[in-house]
Amino acid sequence: MFASIVTISLAAILTNNFIFSQFLGICPFLGVSNKMSTATGMSVAVIFVMTMASAICWVINEFLLIPFGVAGFMQTVAYILVIAVLVQFVEMFLKKAIPALYSAMGIFLPLITTNCAVLGVVLLNTQNSYNFLESVIDGFTGGLGFTVAIVLFASVRERLEFADYPKAFEGFAICLVTAALFALAFMGFSGMKIPV
Amino acid sequence: MNAKKQLTEGLITNNPVLVQQIGLCATMAISTTLFNGIGMGLSVLIILTCCNVVVSAIRKIIPGQVRLAIFVVVIAGFVTIVDLLLQAFIPALSSALGVFIPLIVVNCIIIGRAEAFSSKEGVFLSFRDGVFQGLGYTCVLVLMCLVRELLGSGTIGGGILNGATSFFTLDGTGAGIRIIPEGFGAGALVLPFGGFLTLGCLMAVMQYALRKSNEKKARKEKEVKE
Repeated sequence: MFASIVTISLAAILTNNFIFSQFLGICPFLGVSNKMSTATGMSVAVIFVMTMASAICWVINEFLLIPFGVAGFMQTVAYILVIAVLVQFVEMFLKKAIPALYSAMGIFLPLITTNCAVLGVVLLNTQNSYNFLESVIDGFTGGLGFTVAIVLFASVRERLEFADYPKAFEGFAICLVTAALFALAFMGFSGMKIPV
Repeated sequence: MNAKKQLTEGLITNNPVLVQQIGLCATMAISTTLFNGIGMGLSVLIILTCCNVVVSAIRKIIPGQVRLAIFVVVIAGFVTIVDLLLQAFIPALSSALGVFIPLIVVNCIIIGRAEAFSSKEGVFLSFRDGVFQGLGYTCVLVLMCLVRELLGSGTIGGGILNGATSFFTLDGTGAGIRIIPEGFGAGALVLPFGGFLTLGCLMAVMQYALRKSNEKKARKEKEVKE
């Protein structure tokens, strides 16, 4: 049990990072990584939503979709609705309970619905038939992996503004080339394994 | 708005991937063989066209506050249909694309076109928009696949050409036509690194070409005025 949890965490954060090796969540990754403060705000929101979505979707799949025999064709629809409702709920809760945090990351919250890392982690949990604890751990550490990637990238991107590169590479193009180098660096982790 | 203008917008001047810069995740993730590229491109084209038509048909009866939720449900429905059809008829493609078929639900291209175009325009225009934007997406995917596959593994048409039983195949056994001898390809290009790098370079080429053509147009207009 312990070994499987450590393996899942290690994969989600380093060896199989959601952004640099699975290409999940690229849009928000490129969209909000231009400033460190927005990057951290987004990461906190993503960690929370990914963990909650993993937990709730596991319960819905196990106790609602599978018993009624509709898992094959209702999964995607059910999951995306859960995520949309969850994001809406988090938004309302933060607005009432912690207005300071809400105003700090208010604009990023609705964006999380279309973050494919969230739907991706839930679908992968189902595909790998993880149990409840493994799903929650995968969601949480997947969010951590997203955070690692986006915070590292934001710190490089702040310096990129003063770099001298060909004019054609302006905007997302140079960011993608930089991300390519990050992906190359993260490939270095790929041999890591927990001996069982 | 005429068809020709919509076609150039979809393919070049307002290309979903290279100019609007949306829907990047799947573009980079699956563009390792031509089979994956064409399969993914056509799946998105079909889903995008269907969603555009439906959204455009119901645009007058859906209330503004919940429109995004309704778009997502419509999209998820069509994605599930395509997902199940692929699993039944082209299982090799379904297993090659894996989680990226259900992830078309959150592909920004589809919800973006629903929000920006088909929720405002008529059914026929939206249908055409779906086809042309989908074609633009497919073209970029095919281009990425050709570059990554040729330079990375040294073949062309992996997955669909040169199969075990026939030259043109859909069962995933196609080995592709070898151009570069085995072991001489730049293997990193088929890894995630290559996805980021190839797309970055393609975007840069596109920005360069668009800027050149805009400058040319501006110069011509100036000459006409003078």
